[in-house]
Amino acid sequence: MTEERPNSDLDGLQNRIDGARERGGFSHAQKNRQEQPPNNALSLAFRVGIELVSAVAVGLGIGWLLDKWLDTKPWLMLVFIILGGCAGILNVYRMARGYGYAAGYQKDENPTDETDRR
Amino acid sequence: MAENHSPLAQFEIKTLVPLKIGNLDASFTNSSLFMVATVVVVSAFLILGMRRNALVPGRWQSIAELSYVFIANLVKDTVGSEGRNYFPFIFTVFMFVLFGNLLGMIPYSFTFTSHIVVTFTMAAVIFVGVTLIALAKHKMHFFSFFMPPGVPLLMAPLLIPIEVISYLSRPISLSVRLFANMLAGHTLLKVFAGFIVSLGVFGVAPWLFVVALTGLEIVIAFLQAFVFTILTCLYLNDALHLH
Repeated sequence: MTEERPNSDLDGLQNRIDGARERGGFSHAQKNRQEQPPNNALSLAFRVGIELVSAVAVGLGIGWLLDKWLDTKPWLMLVFIILGGCAGILNVYRMARGYGYAAGYQKDENPTDETDRR
Repeated sequence: MAENHSPLAQFEIKTLVPLKIGNLDASFTNSSLFMVATVVVVSAFLILGMRRNALVPGRWQSIAELSYVFIANLVKDTVGSEGRNYFPFIFTVFMFVLFGNLLGMIPYSFTFTSHIVVTFTMAAVIFVGVTLIALAKHKMHFFSFFMPPGVPLLMAPLLIPIEVISYLSRPISLSVRLFANMLAGHTLLKVFAGFIVSLGVFGVAPWLFVVALTGLEIVIAFLQAFVFTILTCLYLNDALHLH
C-alpha cells in the first residue's frame, strides 16, 4: 500500500513537524480559559458540595490542632470552623465565577507578571 | 453467605500476603494486587501498543498515541510550555487512575480508587509536590499567593487564614471527588443488582437500570480520571505562574 503512494504524505508530515518544532511544540497557556471539565448539573452539584465540606474540614482540623498545641480548647476550633466555612463559600464562589477551582484565583485582566510566564 | 451480599462488601480489604515492617502493617492486599495489575496493564498496553511503532498506526498503537496526545494537549492548554517537564508525571497519574477505575468495572474485581487512603495519598503527593515546585520557583514571593493584590491591609488577618484554608482544602477536595464518585457508583450498582434477584420476574426493570448504570459508570471512570488530571494541571499552573 505504501509502495503505490509516493511520499506525498511524508512531505506534508515533515512540514508539520518542522512547523511544530518552530513553535516549540508547546504553545502558551491561557489562564482561566473557558474549557473546563464537562459541566453537567450533577457533577457541578457534587463539586460544590465537596468544595464546601472540604474547606470546613480543613478549618476544623487546623483549629483542633492549634487548640491542642496552645491548650485553648474549644475556642480556636470554633473560630477556624467559621473561617473554613468562609473559605468553602469562597471556593464555591470562585468555581461558579469560572476563575478556577480553589485558592488564590483572581481574574487577571492586565497580568503584571507577564515576563514570569513566558 | 448473607454478609457477602452487602453492597459494601466489595470494598473490603483482604490481606493476601501478610507482611510486617516494624510495627507497620505493609501486607500485600487485594488493593495492592489491583494496583500492581493496573501498572502491568498500563505498561503492557503502552509497550505492546508501540512495539511495532509503525508510521501508519494499527488499532492498539492508535489508542496508545491517542491517550498520549490527549494528555499532551491537556498539559499544553492548561500549563503551557513549562508544563512539558511535568508531562511524564501527569500522564502516569492519568493512566493509573483511568486504568484503576476501568479495571474496577470488571465484575468481581476491586476498585482501589474507591478508597480514600489511595486517592488522598495521590492528592497529597501532588499537593506537596506542587507546593515545593512553587516554593522553589518563586521563593518567598509564593506567599503573596495568599494575599490578593488590591486588598486593604486591614483585611489581611481575616483574609490570609481563609486563603490558607482554601489552599489546604485542595488535596481534600481532589481526593474526595474521585473516591466519592467511585464509592457511590459501585455501591449503587451493587444495590440495584441485589434487587434483580429479589424481585423475581420484575427484576428486569432493575436489570435494565443496572445495564444503563454500568455504561454511566464507565463514563464516570473516564471523567473522574480526566478531572483528577486536569485539576493536577491547574494546580501545577498556579505553582508555575502565580496569580
